[in-house]
Order: sequence, then C-alpha cells, then structure tokens
Amino acid sequence: MSFQPRDWRIHPPHLYEGYRSTVLRAPSQPLVPLSGPLSEHHGPAFPPAPPEEADLTRNGRVNGEPLGERIIVTGRVLDEDARPVANTLVELWQANAAGRYIHQADQHDAPLDPNFLGAGRCVTDAEGRYRFLTIKPGAYPWRNHPNAWRPQHIHFSLFGPAFATRLVTQMYFPGDPLHTLDPMFNSIPDPAARERLIARFSLDITEPEYALGYEFDIVLRGRLATPMEV
Amino acid sequence: MPRLLQTGSQTVGPFFAYGLTPRQYGYNFPQIADGTIVGDAVAGERIRVTGRVLDGAGQPVEDALIEIWQADSQGVFPGPQRSANDGFTGFGRCGTGTDPERRFVFDTIKPGAPGPGQAPHLSVIVFMRGMLVHCFTRIYFPDEPANAGDPVLLAVPEARRHTLIAQADGPGRYRFDIRMQGDGETVFFEI
Repeated sequence: MSFQPRDWRIHPPHLYEGYRSTVLRAPSQPLVPLSGPLSEHHGPAFPPAPPEEADLTRNGRVNGEPLGERIIVTGRVLDEDARPVANTLVELWQANAAGRYIHQADQHDAPLDPNFLGAGRCVTDAEGRYRFLTIKPGAYPWRNHPNAWRPQHIHFSLFGPAFATRLVTQMYFPGDPLHTLDPMFNSIPDPAARERLIARFSLDITEPEYALGYEFDIVLRGRLATPMEV
Repeated sequence: MPRLLQTGSQTVGPFFAYGLTPRQYGYNFPQIADGTIVGDAVAGERIRVTGRVLDGAGQPVEDALIEIWQADSQGVFPGPQRSANDGFTGFGRCGTGTDPERRFVFDTIKPGAPGPGQAPHLSVIVFMRGMLVHCFTRIYFPDEPANAGDPVLLAVPEARRHTLIAQADGPGRYRFDIRMQGDGETVFFEI
C-alpha cells in the first residue's frame, strides 16, 4: 500500500529563516522522489500501553500531586479519507505548568515540579481515539530572537500504518496571544493549517469539578487511491 | 479525493529525550525501542551501525533522533499478517546526545532484500531541533552486488549514490554519517 504525498502547503519547508536553527540543518538539495514498492510503506506496530502511561498527573509522582491546571487532551487519529487509525502509538511530551521541561538541557529559570515528568504514551482504540490526562503546560522563553517565547504547547509523536506516515507535531491552546509571534507556528505555510494545530476547548469533554477538556484531532497521510505497486 | 487535510509537522525541538528516549537518557519512564533492535533469539548476522549527524558547518548535532526500520534476515517485515520472529520488531530509535562523540549506535541484524531486485537496506528517519519536518534516508551496505540494480539507488543521481552506502568499519561494523548540507550532502527522499 502506498500513501498520499506529504502536502507541502501544510508542512513547513526545511529552511525557514524565522527559525534560526533551520539554517545549518536544512538539506540544500531537493528531495529525491521515490515510488513503490517501498520498505517505508510498512511500519512498526506496538502493543497497548499501560493505562497509567496516559495519566501525566500520576506517572511522575514522587510525594504528591503535580501543580497546575489539570486538563484532558483527547481526539481521534484519522487518515485523509476520514478512516480511523486504530492501534497506533501516540507519544507526547511537554513542559510543566511553570514552563519548564525536566530535560537536563532546559536552563530556563522556572521551577521544576518533583511530581511531574511530562511524558505520556497511549495506543488508539478501534475508533482511532486517544486520551491523556495532564497539566496545562506554561509558555517559556527561547533564544531564537530577542524576547522570544514559545506559546503553550504539547509535542505529539505518531506512527500510523507505515514508516511513511510518521508524524511529529505540536498542539497549541486556543486564545494564546503568542501564536502569531511564534516562528514554529508560522512556519506552516497555509494559515488554515496553522489553526488546525490549535486544540478546541470542549465542555463535553470537560469533567465537572475535575478538569477542562481539549479536543485535538490528527490527520495522517491517506492511502493512495490507485496503488502504484503492481 | 481526500476529505480531510493532513496535520502539519512541527520540530521535535531540543527536549524530546525524556518523551521518546527516556531510558537512553536516564529518565524514569519506559522506552518503546532503543538502539538494540534485536535480542539474542533473533536469527541473522549481527551488525553494528554507527554514525554522526553533521550540520552545514560540519559540526556534530547533539540533539538529533534517528529512527531505523528494517526487514529481518529473510527480507520480511514484521506485521500483523505474520507472527513476530522471536520478538523482532524491525524498529529502533537512538538519540545523539549520550555518546561522547555524538554518534547514534544501532545493534541489529543485517536485513535481507525485501523484494526482487532490491538490495538490503535500513530505512531511516532523521529528527532534530531546527528541523521542522523530518527527513527520510536509507543506509545501504558496501560490497553488495544487488546495489547495482536497486531501484531506489538507481533513482538517485549517480554522483550522489555513495552518500547512501555505509562504510565498512571492521567485521560486522558499519559507519554512516548523515550530512545535512554541503560536500557529500546525504540524499533525502520524498516518500
């Protein structure tokens, strides 16, 4: 099975000068197009993850609850033909409520939370649905340009049915004034595609007396209607 | 015609390690795959593939993540239609931030050719800070007669093919540096 090509109106270019680090890391030669059959049309499968791995309010606890605003992040993984992508691995990582990553390389002067790791994992159900319970991440500064701040965001990693459908992206939150100032957000060529990286607040997903709910659907490359392999 | 539009790619950023490679980097969270792709029970010729990711200034990139996907020694991919070959997943993942020389290191088996006319190869995805959308490449093996007829290698301009072929580095050992720009820039694919 082969797949719809990556849509370059939606995916960022390799070289995007507003994001300085791309300058020495973007390939300068054009990509070489391949057609099938290809090894990359197959891909790894993963067993279901233990449920506690999807609960970031618990999976990093040492001696208490993590600080910050509890949120539910859920949605469906679909392909371009709106087929659910079932049994696919979803991994996420994020800063804590203060905008600090537990990563050793993060030197931002904001507190670590001893009870929050910021990593989670789950496998989609038969309808392609995933669900995480976590803490709303804070914004944080970076050194791309003077007074640069990343909007609040959560990193997502997905596989889909093949190596070719792999996707790493970031989910943003509605109403954040930093979106339009952020080179990573702005690197998506199509403004409507940028907006689709912003989760939707949902009162239906919100659990009373407990946590606000956000919905974020993810669309992976679809199957090619006319398979090229014979 | 597709009815939905793809979700846009964004960089893994500098802080992926505790989410995607926590065990390798010493964080207390399980890791789904690492640089050891095969256990002892898997049949095949043991190989070690190492390399660095070099930026346009020739500096090793210390926050890249390399993923490998490969067939087993018979050229068969793990999949739902086939029971796993003694736990062979075909998938590995290694960051460049823990090795003193900023290398990725994969311990695996040499794959078989996955189809008629194809040469054995490892499929590779490169992620890093400063890369907004990941890059696909492949690692082929030197002294492999099938390289001459491999349709993917033949799709690459002849002068650049060598960038896809690992260098022998002792028995069962191969070296494959990934150059993002400049002389010997690695070939990346639109797949």
